Amino acid sequence: MSTIAWSRRRRALGRSWADYRRDREGVIGLVILALFVGMAVFASLIADPEDLKAITADAEDYPRWAPPSEFAPLGTDSLGRPVWDQLVYGAQVSLLVGIAATLIAIVIGTVVGVAAGFFGGWIDAVLSRLTEWFLVIPFLPLAIVLAAVLGPSLKNIIFVIGITSWPVTARLIRAQVLTIKQRLYVERSRALGASSRHVMSRHVLPNVMPLVIANATLTVPVAILSETALAFLGLGDPTRVSWGSMLEDSFSAGALGREAWWWYLPPGLCVIGVVLAFTLIGRALEGVLDPRLRDTRAVGR
Amino acid sequence: MTARFVVGKVLGALGTLVFVVVFNFFLFRVVESNPVATLYRGRNLTDTQREELTRQFGLEGSKLEQFWHYLEQTAQLNFGRSYATNQPVIDEIWAAAPQTIALVGTATVLSMVIGILMGISAGWRRGTNQDRVLTSTSIVTWSTPEFWLGMILLTFFAVRLGLFPTGGISDPSASASGLGHLLDQIHHMVLPCLTLTIAYLGEYALIMRSSVIDVSREDYLTLARAKGLRDSQVRDRHAVRNALLPSTALIAISFGFVLSGAITVETVFSWPGLGLLTYESLRGPDLPMLQGLFLLFSLAVIVFNLAADLLYPYLDPRVRHQ
Repeated sequence: MSTIAWSRRRRALGRSWADYRRDREGVIGLVILALFVGMAVFASLIADPEDLKAITADAEDYPRWAPPSEFAPLGTDSLGRPVWDQLVYGAQVSLLVGIAATLIAIVIGTVVGVAAGFFGGWIDAVLSRLTEWFLVIPFLPLAIVLAAVLGPSLKNIIFVIGITSWPVTARLIRAQVLTIKQRLYVERSRALGASSRHVMSRHVLPNVMPLVIANATLTVPVAILSETALAFLGLGDPTRVSWGSMLEDSFSAGALGREAWWWYLPPGLCVIGVVLAFTLIGRALEGVLDPRLRDTRAVGR
Repeated sequence: MTARFVVGKVLGALGTLVFVVVFNFFLFRVVESNPVATLYRGRNLTDTQREELTRQFGLEGSKLEQFWHYLEQTAQLNFGRSYATNQPVIDEIWAAAPQTIALVGTATVLSMVIGILMGISAGWRRGTNQDRVLTSTSIVTWSTPEFWLGMILLTFFAVRLGLFPTGGISDPSASASGLGHLLDQIHHMVLPCLTLTIAYLGEYALIMRSSVIDVSREDYLTLARAKGLRDSQVRDRHAVRNALLPSTALIAISFGFVLSGAITVETVFSWPGLGLLTYESLRGPDLPMLQGLFLLFSLAVIVFNLAADLLYPYLDPRVRHQ
């Protein structure tokens, strides 16, 4: 890669950042996300993993069902575990599942979409059909069935959400590849004798990448919401605390009837916070990458 | 609309259906090789009993024979018997479906109407404070896990204020029949229905907002204004009617999700519908029940997608003449 190309790219990136900074909602999204990432990364500094275990939570130290006090700022659950520590470690699981599942979905979606759009013909016919089929299968029931059949573990949850989330990406990328193929510079490049590989690596991939990134940012919140729902249904990893599993624990322990709101209010607010952050960032990115979208964009589920 | 178009769409939907049916078979049979052993773990079965149960669950013979048997049974809507209750799966599904249709159907219609009205006023007054408030409300409701919202509403309105029952569909102690019984059921439905309505309306509002904005750049609106029509007339007679087109397809499709839409919310409110049935089947896991539910949920989506495909060219002549 020549130096000119690199400096051009750096400048383009700088311009995009300047555009992004002007989007107030996008900046708010980044700040919220930074808070949660900090919470997940520095979990061991601000919370004690020993507090997650019911056995070590001494009944005298931590009373059960305790409302917030100076002692346990967010109260304790039915086993005497402080809610704060669960919330902090839950951030790790929610972010990990959200991002890892999105990576799987984006890789499958991009490969399927690029292959279908770029090669066309029977490859496109087969891949488009497959995409349509997976689009039609209702997402949550499929994820539930897969998770139930595979058994509950962190790896399976990531796999299940990843494998069920790719069709929207594939369809979007395919459409984008089709329009890129029509562009004059691609025709010119082909006329000059460029190979498929050259066209793919120099023209198609660099042009779909921004869309892939924006789409990935909007897939993460869907994945996090799915993790929460699956964990609430008891399909999460039983050995790890996540925001969804906190909601499940509190619900099955009868926290609603006891009005132990300190147990189930915070995890829900955290889910909303992270989902909102990614959604705001994704919308801002879309606006930067495609200014025509700036006013009309909508969130898709 | 040509016959060719209709036939093409119907064949496409049938293809999808075949895919779902085949997928369903492999999903359950390949992963779980011996449900009889799993189900009756720790119990002593005689060989005759084991053979009988294996036959009952359609698990004898080679995979190919099983597949053929499965196709035959599925075509007759026979999904076998529930592991948990030993009742035919299809009977349990029919018994639970009306409650789900009543709850989620009502919530879908309500959220649609409110969401579309929100979207119109946000999109028509784009960039104003009104737009900002409506759009942020929509994004926040979209970001909320619906069952969590249900838990919060339940705590406040049912536990704290005691205005509504905490769950179920009717009060077992009240033996009222007729109108009293119906009112009691409606009273039980208010909170779950409110939860789902709030959870769904954001998506409709956001989509309606963007189609109103798309339409607002069209020349025919300028023409309508030039004719001297009032702003509200331009909006209601010209903008909204055209902006509703893309939303109509979405609406048709979202009816396909009515059956499967409330798994978590039905669980929170112990509403005895298909969602609660799904949740209870997960405990076992009750595989025949899950399998039947999964097929039914997918079938509903396929049917309403087909309806949307067929409806769209009928509503929008521009698509018809392409």
